[in-house]
Amino acid sequence: MDKEINIGDTISKGDVPNDITMNSSPFSKKIKQSTRIKESLIKYFFAINGTAALIFIILIFIFLFKEGFRAFEHIQLVDFIYHNRLAEDGTSSKVFEWFPTSDEARYSLIPLILGTLLTAIPATILSTILGVGAGIYLAEIANPKAKEILKPIVELFAGIPTVVLGFLMLVVGASFFNDLLNPTNRLNAFIAALGLSFVVIPIIASLTEDALHSIPNDLRMASYGIGATKWQTISKVILPAATSGISASILLGFGRAIGETMIVLMAAGNAANITSNIFQSVRTMTATIAAEMGEVSQGSDHYFALFFIGIVLFTITFFLNLIAEVIINKMRKKNTF
Amino acid sequence: MSILLKKHKDISGFIFINVTRLLFLMLILMLAFILIKIIVEGFSVISWEFISSEPKNNMTEGGIFPAIFGTVAVTLLMILFALPLGIFSAIYLNEYAKDSVFTRIIRTAVNNLAGVPSIVFGLFGLGFFILFVGKNLDEVLQTGLLFGQPALIWASSTLAVLVLPIIIVSTLEALNSVPKSHRDASYGLGATKWQTIKNVVLPQARPGILTGTILAISRGAGETAPVLFLGAAFFLPNLPIVDLCFGDYCIPMINPGEQFMYLAYHIFILATQSSNPTKTMPLQYGSTLVLITLTFLLNITAIIFRYRFRKILGRL
Amino acid sequence: MKETKITVKNLNLFYGEKQALADISIDIYSQRVTAFIGPSGCGKSTFLRVINRMNDLIDDVRITGKIQIDGIDIYDKNLDVVNLRKRIGMVFQKSNLFPKTIYENLIFGPRINGIKDRKVLDEIAEKTLIQAALWEEVKDRLDDPALSLSGGQQQRLCIARALAVEPQIILMDEPASALDPISTAKIEELIDELKKNYTIVIVTHNMQQAARVSDYTAFFYLGRLIEYDKTSRIFTNPSNRQTEDYVTGRFG
Repeated sequence: MDKEINIGDTISKGDVPNDITMNSSPFSKKIKQSTRIKESLIKYFFAINGTAALIFIILIFIFLFKEGFRAFEHIQLVDFIYHNRLAEDGTSSKVFEWFPTSDEARYSLIPLILGTLLTAIPATILSTILGVGAGIYLAEIANPKAKEILKPIVELFAGIPTVVLGFLMLVVGASFFNDLLNPTNRLNAFIAALGLSFVVIPIIASLTEDALHSIPNDLRMASYGIGATKWQTISKVILPAATSGISASILLGFGRAIGETMIVLMAAGNAANITSNIFQSVRTMTATIAAEMGEVSQGSDHYFALFFIGIVLFTITFFLNLIAEVIINKMRKKNTF
Repeated sequence: MSILLKKHKDISGFIFINVTRLLFLMLILMLAFILIKIIVEGFSVISWEFISSEPKNNMTEGGIFPAIFGTVAVTLLMILFALPLGIFSAIYLNEYAKDSVFTRIIRTAVNNLAGVPSIVFGLFGLGFFILFVGKNLDEVLQTGLLFGQPALIWASSTLAVLVLPIIIVSTLEALNSVPKSHRDASYGLGATKWQTIKNVVLPQARPGILTGTILAISRGAGETAPVLFLGAAFFLPNLPIVDLCFGDYCIPMINPGEQFMYLAYHIFILATQSSNPTKTMPLQYGSTLVLITLTFLLNITAIIFRYRFRKILGRL
Repeated sequence: MKETKITVKNLNLFYGEKQALADISIDIYSQRVTAFIGPSGCGKSTFLRVINRMNDLIDDVRITGKIQIDGIDIYDKNLDVVNLRKRIGMVFQKSNLFPKTIYENLIFGPRINGIKDRKVLDEIAEKTLIQAALWEEVKDRLDDPALSLSGGQQQRLCIARALAVEPQIILMDEPASALDPISTAKIEELIDELKKNYTIVIVTHNMQQAARVSDYTAFFYLGRLIEYDKTSRIFTNPSNRQTEDYVTGRFG
């Protein structure tokens, strides 16, 4: 590689390396220009690659907006909220419907947003209970030997492809709960929320475990040292100190539930109902894009409207992630002494 | 001092500990249920024929070979794109960049990229790779409609962006675990920065990087939403293969311009759009079993790798 | 006859706003062992790292003053740091062998300098192991992992690895502080042997060690060089009160 080998030269001549006092010139040797250029080229090469993630975030932003904002060529912002229906007698009424393929196209996102929330919120609540519990168990209660096996199980859980979960909710979950609860629709928000929790639980569990793990051991020792029980230590000392980390994990889980596609596409029923009944079919923002993008003609209003939904999704998850990241960074700073 | 002999009753603690234990047990039972259900229902379908043959009779019979092939082809290209970019990016962040506002923004971008909904990646792939990159390539190269349509290469590229954070984060962890003293030793011997990275840091970080690579492949193979409109096809009579010829000597290559079948997408299609869902139920379970076996094997390998890596480093 | 190898004049070093070394001037002699002693945080290790510019690797370090080796200013903008570090071997407090074989560790330096010939590399390996008095112990297991050696052997292998790039100066940062007395004695013997051919600077916490191995001793306190003289004089008849307190164990 590098060819500056005066050391090598002396050796191959078989010199004793030790006649040093004679040879004092090496120190004055100036930087080899080629080495310097090569090193800085390498540095710039890595620097360009280093910005990849940032560049892609910016590109995602640009290209979502580039396509999505063209929706406003024919659709007004207010159309994404409600459609003004003119009756024959001249009166108008507000319609909250998503029906872009109709002759009287309706683009209200309200049913899709409600559908998203009706699946994501119950999923997050359920996952918080199970995930935080599992995280506490992993970090504070399980013995180290058990932990070595249990943590990978949580990771395996996180590795199940979502299409598999959607499939199981569709063919197993739906039938089971249909017999058990007799819901309004066989495929409904509740079934989808259950499926989503399989995705969200591992996220909340492992991030909760991280948050608890990052709490300095001194705190535990101090608490046990003044005679606190395990329960007192966890509830009065550990959990309060980990609140921010745990809330960050819940935010990230919520973001994931909002952004998940396959499970809701397969299990939520996909009818754009406005409802608060969790046992009714709903349609989420993600499922709408997934189901309609394949059939829509490029460049139509409908097509751009789907990109607009993408913008809404991206923005929501972007800010949820950002807030979670800020919380986690604050926590890290606080916990490093 | 008889108070010392009195055993303290921590009833709330007892309840709490057992509640969390119960919650965890429920998790394990859920996972076990999923696995057992898929194995029980899918196992009878699995045969060499199922793995190696094509779907028949309007996808109500036959095997899933094209879907397996497509999955392998897409993830192979994906990792080819994502791996160098991810590793180089992590090298910059960990070895070269100083802690500045700019690098903090990059790190935030990495975390944020990991949280972008997968369907949004699909939109991005469509808007950027197909309609921008592809269409412009067609225009510049005068190729008509060749690049500007859904194809394997765009699905791979989009998935590469999706798994990029996984590779960056695990490479960062691996680089970070190489002790500073080893870098000092190398500099002390007169190595340049690049020599140090190449000869000391990267060799030690290799197992960690490998872990990230495996996790990325597993993630890519399991994704469905991004490939929905990037070239994943219902059914294709031919594999996406092209013969690359030098004179008379031909080697078959993955054809990046073709559409492809995808195992995860195949499950979705069979389960929701099949002409006869009841009849294809065994096929659905069989395909699911193949997909989950693939991702689980990859994940378990990655977990074992990381476990041994951390053990070597004395971090367990 | 003693020759000056390293000349330092009015050296100051700052970490950001904090001054870590103040106004240090010292001449270090060729083929002698110079010991740096002083309480923790006195700046002796920082100063050692000034000599081969390891501080360059830390952001936010500012250095003023002059430091010359063989009359050449080593903080000259055009000086090749990499080349400088090749001429100055460094041995650290904790052995920092790479997780490679013994042989691979030894030839790491020569190899990055472009030597590829296996025979030449073999020669270097043998010669440096002999110099480091390790040859007899490891000659049959050169391909074993370096980390399978005992602590003392590892540290001597670190010294051998440093010798393989043919330095003129060897810097040692508490090389024996993590070792048992027998291994320490071996390292000290080695230092005594090496000083015939090299300029050696050693930072040590251990006063007896400084007295045993060094010809000159420099006492640092709070970032300043308090006293510098022949070791025999520093330990028997120091001219400074603080030095006397320290070497007699009254503080530090």
